Amino acid sequence: MADLSVEFCGVKFQNPTVLASGILGVTASSLKNVVRNGAGGVTTKSIWLKENIGHANPTMFGTDSYFLNAVGLSDAGVKKAQEETFPEYLKDKPAPIIGNIVESTIDGFAELTEAIDKCGPDIIELNLGCPNVEGAHGKPFSCVAGDAAAVVKACRARTKRPLIVKLTPNVSDIASVAVACAEAGADGFCAINTLYGMGIDINMRQPVLKNRSGGLSGPGIKPSAVKAVHDIYKATKLPIIATGGVMNGEDAIEMMMAGGVLVGIGTMVYYRGAEGFAEVVREMEEWCDKEGVKDLKEIIGCAVK
Amino acid sequence: MNVKNHDTRFEAMEISEIVEENSYTKTYVFKYDLGAKPGQFVMLWVPGVDEKPFSVAYCDSGEFWLTICAVGPCSKAIYEMKVGDRVGIRGPFGTEYDIGEGEHLALVSGGYGAAPMYFVAKEALKKGCKVEFLTGARSEDLLLFEERVAGLGDDVTWHCSTDDGSKGFKGYVTQLLSEVMKDVKLDKIFACGPEVMMKAAGEAAGDVPAYLSMEKYMKCGFGVCGQCAIDDTGDLCCKKGPVMAYDYVKGLSEFGKYHRDAQGKKNEY
Ligand SMILES: Cc1cc2nc3c(=O)[nH]c(=O)nc-3n(C[C@H](O)[C@H](O)[C@H](O)COP(=O)(O)OP(=O)(O)OC[C@H]3O[C@@H](n4cnc5c(N)ncnc54)[C@H](O)[C@@H]3O)c2cc1C
Ligand SMILES: Cc1cc2nc3c(=O)[nH]c(=O)nc-3n(C[C@H](O)[C@H](O)[C@H](O)COP(=O)(O)O)c2cc1C
Repeated sequence: MADLSVEFCGVKFQNPTVLASGILGVTASSLKNVVRNGAGGVTTKSIWLKENIGHANPTMFGTDSYFLNAVGLSDAGVKKAQEETFPEYLKDKPAPIIGNIVESTIDGFAELTEAIDKCGPDIIELNLGCPNVEGAHGKPFSCVAGDAAAVVKACRARTKRPLIVKLTPNVSDIASVAVACAEAGADGFCAINTLYGMGIDINMRQPVLKNRSGGLSGPGIKPSAVKAVHDIYKATKLPIIATGGVMNGEDAIEMMMAGGVLVGIGTMVYYRGAEGFAEVVREMEEWCDKEGVKDLKEIIGCAVK
Repeated sequence: MNVKNHDTRFEAMEISEIVEENSYTKTYVFKYDLGAKPGQFVMLWVPGVDEKPFSVAYCDSGEFWLTICAVGPCSKAIYEMKVGDRVGIRGPFGTEYDIGEGEHLALVSGGYGAAPMYFVAKEALKKGCKVEFLTGARSEDLLLFEERVAGLGDDVTWHCSTDDGSKGFKGYVTQLLSEVMKDVKLDKIFACGPEVMMKAAGEAAGDVPAYLSMEKYMKCGFGVCGQCAIDDTGDLCCKKGPVMAYDYVKGLSEFGKYHRDAQGKKNEY
């Protein structure tokens, strides 16, 4: 049987599947339950310095082929992470945990990095998907290479832990944003965050989501994710949590061939439940056994020229 | 998931009828074939306002009912709606009460919990069950569904309690349950209402298997957001529940102690 364990930024994962941020990630109990169901690691829902209310409902819906959400990054603030989520998760820690953080200013990101560092995550993930309130155009940090790099630089100074950047696909050249982050000191990436999307309820004659527009995830976005991971891998050679539209073991293998070391999985939970993690892992094993792959290192980035 | 083809888009539904139950509670009738089982809930969207979970108070192939208390922005917006207005519905979601053939059941409710228990009673009658219908409220004017339950015939017995003694047993509905249990041998107890009440019901049940309809903050209702994950198991209230066995629930570290808000912060009961 193939050994599915991988190492990412010096952290060992029993298998490459990692729960993506924002799905089942509110409490330590929930994160532990996802590991019990087979995930190799977990990511917290995005954590803010202070409480953030998020959007009213409807915040999400799905169809056979895609999922749309606008939760609005609701969170209780870093105090809950410090007092509850991390201490409880790290007690009998079942698998590596990635602390995903978000802020709307560079100083906020730096302060939060220091606060999360003290919580003891294995890896810190910067969600640069939030608009930069101090920026010239109020665009999300990860849409502007210079803004993204400035955040990475400020956060890099506050932690020695592996620091990775979660990138948005909503840019014309994701590789150039990744290169700027790498130069500023990022150790790796998580890609992709959701694509822009909107859905209109024709009977109500208005958008379904309370926030009107939202983020697209699920089966339909996999090709965009494969391309983004491929481009980032090619440009930086840094480790990537390849995320977006992974529904089964074969999708996960495909993401690794594009350059993913780990495979982020979120919306799969909608279709297969948390139990789906063990199934995805089993499907990966089956594929490896069929193809005679003994170590996943053999396939990481193998399709990138 | 109880969702056909993984589609959780809303179905636009017109309110066909509105029944006033008390000073802040109304029952809304929708003439659609929802296919819900007793204990399940739907997510109801008021366009432009919000979307919240509500238990199904009755359902057959021609219609279903929701009984809603006006307590905050969304439920108050529903309270102002008129016959013919449209809302969005998705579901049904969650688990159901397991009703066996010919069982003797006690349905214990507080607040709007009486409404979904009416649906349980209707289904239980189809299976030849005998039903003790127990409901409690602060005072007489807040008791729900008495006439409807009275109309269910001899196999359903109505018992009520009020905190102030204005009607029925003076005290809690769980004390009333203990009284009723002195006279009848029950096969199962189903409870729906405030968590602290359900905890007392579970304790009063003794050896009789009890099932509770648990309520936690639900954002999506279909197992994605993780907002209703319960401590310590991490199971989701919207999928493992809302109806769960007391034997499971009593072992939960948060049971009877706290629930979480929309941001995941703990609120003590
Ligand atoms: C499975 C389930 C079944 C329910 N069935 C009924 C029912 O049949 N009839 C009825 O009147 N109410 C029912 N509720 C409660 C109902 O969802 C809340 O009363 C409603 O969401 C209040 O929203 P609001 O905007 O009017 O008030 P708010 O001011 O927003 O909230 C008032 C209180 O309602 C609770 N609440 C608010 N939002 C939610 C949410 N998304 N999920 C869970 N609780 C929430 C909180 O405890 C809050 O303190 C049910 C809840 C759940 C989880
Ligand atoms: C309901 C939902 C909530 C999300 N919340 C966050 C979040 O808080 N922070 C974040 O970095 N990404 C968030 N995402 C994005 C996912 O982590 C992931 O990048 C994206 O959904 C693509 O992967 P998937 O197709 O496997 O879901 C969220 C996605 C969904 C569906």
